[in-house]
Amino acid sequence: MNRHLISAADLSRDDALLVLDTAEELAQMAERPIRKLPTLRGRTVVNLFYEDSTRTRISFEAAAKRLSADVINFSAKGSSVAKGESLKDTALTLEAMGADAVVIRHPASGAPHRLAGWVRGSVVNAGDGTHEHPTQALLDAFTMRRRLGRLDGLRVAIVGDVLHSRVARSNVLLLRTLGADVTLVAPPTLLPVAVSAWPCEVSYELSAVLPKTDVVMMLRVQAERMNAAYFPTVREYSRRYGLDAARMAMLPDHAIVMHPGPMNRGVEIAAEVADSARSTIVEQVANGVSVRMAVLYLLLGGADPGGADPGGADAGAGRRSSEAAEVAR
Amino acid sequence: MHALYPGGADAAGAASTGVSSPEVGGTAAGSARAGSGQARTVPLDGSKTVLGPDEISRALTRIAHEILERTNGAADVVLLGIPTRGVPLARRLASKLSQAEGRPAPAGSLDVTMYRDDLRLRPARRLGHTAVPPAGIDGKIVVLVDDVLYSGRTVRAALDALGDIGRPRAVQLAVLVDRGHRELPIRADYVGKNLPTSQREVVQVLLTETDGQDGVVLGMGRASQADAAQSDREQLDKEQSSRAQSNAAQPDPVRADAPGRGDTPGDGIPTQAAR
Repeated sequence: MNRHLISAADLSRDDALLVLDTAEELAQMAERPIRKLPTLRGRTVVNLFYEDSTRTRISFEAAAKRLSADVINFSAKGSSVAKGESLKDTALTLEAMGADAVVIRHPASGAPHRLAGWVRGSVVNAGDGTHEHPTQALLDAFTMRRRLGRLDGLRVAIVGDVLHSRVARSNVLLLRTLGADVTLVAPPTLLPVAVSAWPCEVSYELSAVLPKTDVVMMLRVQAERMNAAYFPTVREYSRRYGLDAARMAMLPDHAIVMHPGPMNRGVEIAAEVADSARSTIVEQVANGVSVRMAVLYLLLGGADPGGADPGGADAGAGRRSSEAAEVAR
Repeated sequence: MHALYPGGADAAGAASTGVSSPEVGGTAAGSARAGSGQARTVPLDGSKTVLGPDEISRALTRIAHEILERTNGAADVVLLGIPTRGVPLARRLASKLSQAEGRPAPAGSLDVTMYRDDLRLRPARRLGHTAVPPAGIDGKIVVLVDDVLYSGRTVRAALDALGDIGRPRAVQLAVLVDRGHRELPIRADYVGKNLPTSQREVVQVLLTETDGQDGVVLGMGRASQADAAQSDREQLDKEQSSRAQSNAAQPDPVRADAPGRGDTPGDGIPTQAAR
């Protein structure tokens, strides 16, 4: 594994499978009376959230706490960011506090990448702008594998607002790595310009795709990012690209319905579909904790990889532990 | 610095040969094996077989009978193997128990990776599988099963892991090989074979389930080095051999074949003093 998790493309097939296998073991733990492991005792994880989020922040917080890490939550509201502090200065503050990992969500694509150059700890991208959300892709892949038993050769349709969706980008990259076949379904206005370069198929017709699909993933219509008219009316969008009971009936019997949340019920997904037995939406949230525990364990649980350290007082300590790793190998 | 961290130095020899050691133990043995391929199946140079398939089978039969004796017929016994090789050993013991008593003994596995004290010495390692029998361990007599008992650190981790799963009435420890050199106040209740070793030596347990054959092999740590850090290794070996000599000056007072006792007088302390 790399030191940071910024893009789903950072993960090789082996890395991704290691995360999923680790998460599988950790998922068992959720059924135990004591849901806590001592593994990251004494390590500090900072949740740095510049954008609103419920499930991702809580999920990362629960994951870090179950591994006994100390968690510091930081949201842009009510902090010095509101007074105009830059990302770099905030990062240096966190660095001075000794953060071993920074989980960052930021409205600007690329913010985690910049942050990785400034801090010594691991950086985990929890969603940056319209770029990527790799842990969401990992938990989606985990959910698919748990429900359907495999990923290789799985036919996945990702439907809706692909243009603004970091979930779609990360999923396309990761699912490709893991051998699944992805089809994006969206109105032409909601597809990125360079989508033809992505490793996936594209379709404008949901009904045509559904019968040959094992997994259909509905994306939220991101009204807050829409600065132009991407479709005439919500009603028309819903009629053409929403998943209702009639459309769900076109799916093969084993197929599952996913949604990264939060849902717009009645827009991209009908309430009866969201609450059906095929829907994995609640499961995805539970799996999110296991997958994020796996990511934090794999990034922080072992020896400090050292090397890439940008100097500083603790660089000597980093070198010592990497030497120890060398010896132990 | 190496002399300051004898545990780490041992891990170097053990991990790279895929051998059971306190640093490798559990799940890590699997990954170490994956890392160095043939080291597992090809016997080490100059190594000798200490236990053959028949002797392993006899040792396990004896342990099974000792368990029956000491636990009043093993009515409440749950066998938990520590991955990788403790798991098939626990299964074998379970089948021997049910052969002897006609009652099936529940067996499972207990991964201790997340509880180890040496996690930060190496990159994060792959987790093993934990499978606790459905009846749980509360009020039961848990017998932990591992292939080699060395520093005792794996067992300490296992005791912590058990505490998070339930509250057994008692915990006992069964190992196929006790090679001495304890670093913690831990001893086994059931021992297949007490094997006097120097810390420079490596003990390799092979099992049909994981390695295609049964056997316990004693070899020299240096034999299967194909590492890039060769010079580091040689440096280490020098230090280790000097330590081995000081150990040899005070031979490990291990009583071979002390059935049912397991409490060898050599447990830990003398070798600690030799350092």
